[in-house]
Amino acid sequence: MNEAIFDHDTTDPRREIERNLRPEDWCNPVPDGRYNLAVIGAGPAGLTAARIAAGLGARVALIEANVLGGDCTNIGCVPSKAIIRSGRLHADMARARHFGGVAIEAIPDQALALDRVRKAQARISRSETAALLRAEGIDLYFGKARFADHRSLRVGDTTIRFARAIVATGGTLLPPDVPGLAEIGHETVETLFNRDTLPRRMMVIGGGPLGCEMAQALCRLGVEIILVQNTPKFLPREERDAAQLLSESLARDGIQIHLNTTATRARRTAQGKEIALSTGGDTFAITVDEVLTGVGRMPRIAGLDLDAAGIKADPVTGIAVDDFMRTSNRRVFAAGDVCGGYMFTHVADAAARLAVQNALFFGRKRFSRLTIPWCTFTDPEIAHVGLYADQAFSKGIAIKTYTVLMHEVDRAITDGEETGFVKIHTAQGTDRIVGATVVARHAGEMLNEITLAMERRIGLRALSGVIHAYPTQSAAIRSAADACVADRLTPRLRRVSGWWMSALRRAG
Amino acid sequence: MNLADLADDPLLNTLQRAAFDWMLDTVNPVNGLVPDNSDAGAPASIAVVGFALSSWPVGVSRGWISRERALALTLSALRFFANCEQGGDQTGTGYKGFFYHFLDMETGRRVWNCELSLIDSALLLAGCETAARYFDSNTPEEIELRTLSRGLVASVDWTWALADGGTLSQGWHPETGFIRYDWEGYSEALILYALALASDTHPIPPDSYRAWRLTYQWENIYRHDTLYAGPLFIHLFSHIWLDFRQIADGFNRDHGITYFKNSTRAVQIQSDYARLNPRGFEGYSADCWGFTACDGPIGAMHTADDTGRQFLGYTARGAPFGPDDGTIAGWAPAAALPFAPVPAMAALRHMLRGYPGMLRDHRFLGSFNPSLPGGGPEGWVCPRIYGLDQGLLVLMIENHRSGMIWDLMRDSPVFQQGLRRAGFKGGWLDE
Repeated sequence: MNEAIFDHDTTDPRREIERNLRPEDWCNPVPDGRYNLAVIGAGPAGLTAARIAAGLGARVALIEANVLGGDCTNIGCVPSKAIIRSGRLHADMARARHFGGVAIEAIPDQALALDRVRKAQARISRSETAALLRAEGIDLYFGKARFADHRSLRVGDTTIRFARAIVATGGTLLPPDVPGLAEIGHETVETLFNRDTLPRRMMVIGGGPLGCEMAQALCRLGVEIILVQNTPKFLPREERDAAQLLSESLARDGIQIHLNTTATRARRTAQGKEIALSTGGDTFAITVDEVLTGVGRMPRIAGLDLDAAGIKADPVTGIAVDDFMRTSNRRVFAAGDVCGGYMFTHVADAAARLAVQNALFFGRKRFSRLTIPWCTFTDPEIAHVGLYADQAFSKGIAIKTYTVLMHEVDRAITDGEETGFVKIHTAQGTDRIVGATVVARHAGEMLNEITLAMERRIGLRALSGVIHAYPTQSAAIRSAADACVADRLTPRLRRVSGWWMSALRRAG
Repeated sequence: MNLADLADDPLLNTLQRAAFDWMLDTVNPVNGLVPDNSDAGAPASIAVVGFALSSWPVGVSRGWISRERALALTLSALRFFANCEQGGDQTGTGYKGFFYHFLDMETGRRVWNCELSLIDSALLLAGCETAARYFDSNTPEEIELRTLSRGLVASVDWTWALADGGTLSQGWHPETGFIRYDWEGYSEALILYALALASDTHPIPPDSYRAWRLTYQWENIYRHDTLYAGPLFIHLFSHIWLDFRQIADGFNRDHGITYFKNSTRAVQIQSDYARLNPRGFEGYSADCWGFTACDGPIGAMHTADDTGRQFLGYTARGAPFGPDDGTIAGWAPAAALPFAPVPAMAALRHMLRGYPGMLRDHRFLGSFNPSLPGGGPEGWVCPRIYGLDQGLLVLMIENHRSGMIWDLMRDSPVFQQGLRRAGFKGGWLDE
């Protein structure tokens, strides 16, 4: 049973995570000749690359400076999704009457929720432990790696020679750009989940995906949240209607929202941390117990001695790679956040698979051919794949959008999850899908069908012929496909069809 | 007696006359300014002045005021705007031929640190042009009126307001410069572009109109192919003056739709959304809708069914994506009559019968929200009357009854030129 998993697990999750991902008593192996592949960084990209290569019989060195799992397991996707789930429970309990119940004592226990986060991390770490990697035949080194020359690395005193290498060191958080904030201290996602309790009143600076996710989850867990965003809408890259629905949902949860507002200064007062805000010429200050920021990320390249290997990189945009993930050193590839661009775990994973193929098998797989979806895990979730409407316009592609509101979907109504929509953009006059945005409670799950169609070049009309189990929320996608099919019924076709029907009647 | 018991024409006449009288009662005869709303001390809104300038001719043709009085009110406004301070300082009236959105009713100077507003300036100029078309006699005063109107139209420096990417900016503050976000998607700015393209002195290039159109969203929603915009007013404002029934621009031709037909579909989507009523608000039905920019209750409150909700105050509500907090603009069906005469009349009658308290002295208040507890079936009722609503009602009901404003403006060389430069063809533009 699902609900038993965490509760009967009495292991201290902090200790288990450490044992799995950074064992204290680890002895680095001693290299025995040249490796087929050296992988620097054991986050999502590095782990994928090392495991695939080892599975193919390559001799692989994997070097990690900190802990296995990277940002995803330790500070990013995993902990944030776990805390979001706890928040969702409280959001549902607040609507208990709607579902025919009375929630008694629906008081968030923040310490329990934070402990559950660590238990989820511990569970996931069991699939990527140091011992497991060694058993898979990977030479795992803990330590800082730096390039010695074009064909070798140094880890401490050890020299690792390689035929091919993949740099997958990920990224680091940018320091806050609010004057005074670094001095008075603030939380980032790197530190937040180490807390045992949550602050009473917190300001979240930055209304991008992570800022919105955390603001909503923590608010639902009883933290008074002030969310500050310097643009007119949240998630600036997402479509207007999506950002609009999200704004409404955040307000409904009770978040104090300040759009078009910039944090200009931070200082400590007797009451707490005071943040000065500026909006359209007006300035005011809000005092909170804690500030969460650290929204921007930059590639982690410091200390790698990339120059020694002839690898070109930029402190902001990261390691320069071509469409095959190859760096300016033809033996060295890079994947994941260290290359800048789309900083998502699943992109890192996809790029790593591609880099391994290209590095070890003279592959010619192109990154630009990948169909890359993404999702912001707020409630409702906002998921997207392919082009946005404005991107299509600027490429000169006229589009027609098939929109289905979630409140037209039977299963969304029965589930009380009617907020959102499916928008599928097609090239005008065809059924070729050029992009899609889904806003729904389970948008991330629903989007996969559209991503599959795009990747395999399946037209929208074909999805109309795919029977969807009834009732499911992804039936919204079929409804959009049905509308696309109905478009073929031009007035002329309708006349022909009418003529045929009358002929059938006459024939008796 | 309930208004809904009247036959169509007497009913519309009553509503239209009441709206007209509100502007006549509130106009400052010295400078022609009309207040934004019925609050004591409310400032003038230049858009409402534009609506009023267009409404005075309606009053003359309906016999509600004399031509002399209408002429005097119009001249007051035009003389004021032609001679006002245009230095661009923080307490002036305008800059570069544009005007601040809100002005003091007496001094005509900027209030509330408001923006120099492009769209509201355009609505004002549309009113000036309406007056210039209507007052066509060769008396010295009417000649002066036409000269002033031409001068106001010519003095606007549209090219100054072109932002990066070639579209027009939303507005400008003397303190902080241009508002940094531009128009996105189909909006009421159609009339703004028609005016800016038409200028003989500072025209924007036709590419600018195409750049604005790039963000149009052509969507299939509720099985209707539509150029999407959520709030209803967007589908109404430019249509006050411009008869889009037979004319089409490049976008229209590519998609087989006119802007007029698109407004009809927008009305249908409003009605469909209200019928589905996804958020479970009180009163919504196929005959009870009106999601648009309007006032509303604000903050967290408990609805009559005891569920906590967030209310949004003054905001641009819309269908089908929202925002929607149960607030309905009662005047919406009457304002939409030209586009969907039968369903709009049915909705108007249904709402008049069910929610008589949405009017005061036969005038529509800003909005009402039957989901909140209140003194009657209307629930929360906006305490204020808005000038924009009253002007829109006078003009749209007139278009529905006689087509008068459309007839007048079809002969406007300004709008003919602007529309042609935007690529519009067909119908009356070809005659």
